[in-house]
Amino acid sequence: MKNALEIKNLKKSFDDLEVIKDVSLSASQGDVICIIGSSGSGKSTLLRCINLLETPNSGEVWVNNELIKMGRDKKGQPYPADQLQVDRIRTKLAMVFQSFNLWSHMTVLQNVIEAPVHVQKINKTKATELGLELLAKVGIAEKAEQYPSSLSGGQQQRVAIARALAVKPDILLFDEPTSSLDPELVGEVLKVMRSLAQEGRTMIVVTHEMGFAQEVASKVVFLHQGHIEEQGTPDEIFNSPKSGRLKQFLASNLEG
Amino acid sequence: MDLLNMLAFNDSGWGDEMLMGMLITILVSVSAMAIGLLFSVFGTMAKLSSSSIVRSIGNTYTTVIRGIPELLVIYLFFFGFNNALMAAAKSLFNYHEYFEFPVFLTAAIAVGIISGAYSTEVVRGSFLAVPKGQVEAAKSIGMSKFQIFHRILIPQVLRYALPGLGNVWQLTLKDTALISVMAIAEIMRTAQIAAGNTKEPFIFYIFAALLYLTLTTASSKALNSAEDWANKGVRRA
Repeated sequence: MKNALEIKNLKKSFDDLEVIKDVSLSASQGDVICIIGSSGSGKSTLLRCINLLETPNSGEVWVNNELIKMGRDKKGQPYPADQLQVDRIRTKLAMVFQSFNLWSHMTVLQNVIEAPVHVQKINKTKATELGLELLAKVGIAEKAEQYPSSLSGGQQQRVAIARALAVKPDILLFDEPTSSLDPELVGEVLKVMRSLAQEGRTMIVVTHEMGFAQEVASKVVFLHQGHIEEQGTPDEIFNSPKSGRLKQFLASNLEG
Repeated sequence: MDLLNMLAFNDSGWGDEMLMGMLITILVSVSAMAIGLLFSVFGTMAKLSSSSIVRSIGNTYTTVIRGIPELLVIYLFFFGFNNALMAAAKSLFNYHEYFEFPVFLTAAIAVGIISGAYSTEVVRGSFLAVPKGQVEAAKSIGMSKFQIFHRILIPQVLRYALPGLGNVWQLTLKDTALISVMAIAEIMRTAQIAAGNTKEPFIFYIFAALLYLTLTTASSKALNSAEDWANKGVRRA
């Protein structure tokens, strides 16, 4: 199957702190990869290196078999060599954030059609049609004209998912999408994500929702202190973990 | 001379001169505010720059201008600006003739630089108040730097900056009274002349105060509606 995403030997440090230590990972089209691990294991940083919200110190990121070109400045610090390429690839890698990050000065619909209209230059009538369709899909069409501040967290996150879908991305990146939600709102967001997985979308999901990972993931990756401690099918990871660290992590995350 | 005659719109009354002064005050204030906003953009960029040299230039600007009396800044410009320009023209363009830079523009630039120092602090603070996630969301969906700047940042910075900039506007408006020392016939200068001529200082200074109050009240009304517009989508606590 075609490789949608490939990460090779990725390293990332913040000053002296090495957060990602030589991680390689690949996703085929239609894969749902769940990245689990305790806080501080580097899950979010790894995800943010994929769309260059963080600049990796070294390593390669390939999206649809296209390498994101990196250069080095005079001090040897890496930076994206071709910002136009990065902007273009980012529309293929839409991201959903833990804290939603809806633009607060725009209505729900304006949030969804912003990138189609201004980045992809789709005509506004068409974009609005698509936007309303996507809002209906995430079950929130009736809120189209409202501002994000009048929505619940779960509703905001569903709008954020619609906004991500609006650019017709090849890969969806989810950065702990349910972690800042009240427990009773988690279900509605997971339900939308589940239906996206069933459509065969490629998704990379950083999550604490073990149930979701177990049920939906095609591959689960356990990250520990910046490297991949163990990876496999949900069955391998959850039912027959090999490393002691993963066993320990599961014991403290699956109880209750 | 009775009050009505003193404030009449004719050769013997001062009503028309005072209104003309008000117009000059408005013109200087608006130009100064515009110059100040331009300076605040550069000031903010400088103060948030990654280069320590550029940062210190920005800091020097706001520290010096906010740290000395405004009247002193006006005097420095009044007595130094024209000579500085002539020296610059000489060394840059080899231009040796004497010229006089329009005093109105000198005044607007002087007040604008004062206004800009205060605006810089307001804009810088507002810039930092925009949650990082707002920009990250825009980046993550492929928006270019320019698109992020004018579609996301400016509307949100404005929202935080408008109350502070409204404050700066009122200060700027009142600072224009200081340019009366440059012999520009704005409200204050005209009131001084009228007071001297009629020997009725109290009446004309009260009249001047009323004119300033008219301007500040009207502009704060306008600013309130601007704030409402910029804050659409914000839930009031």
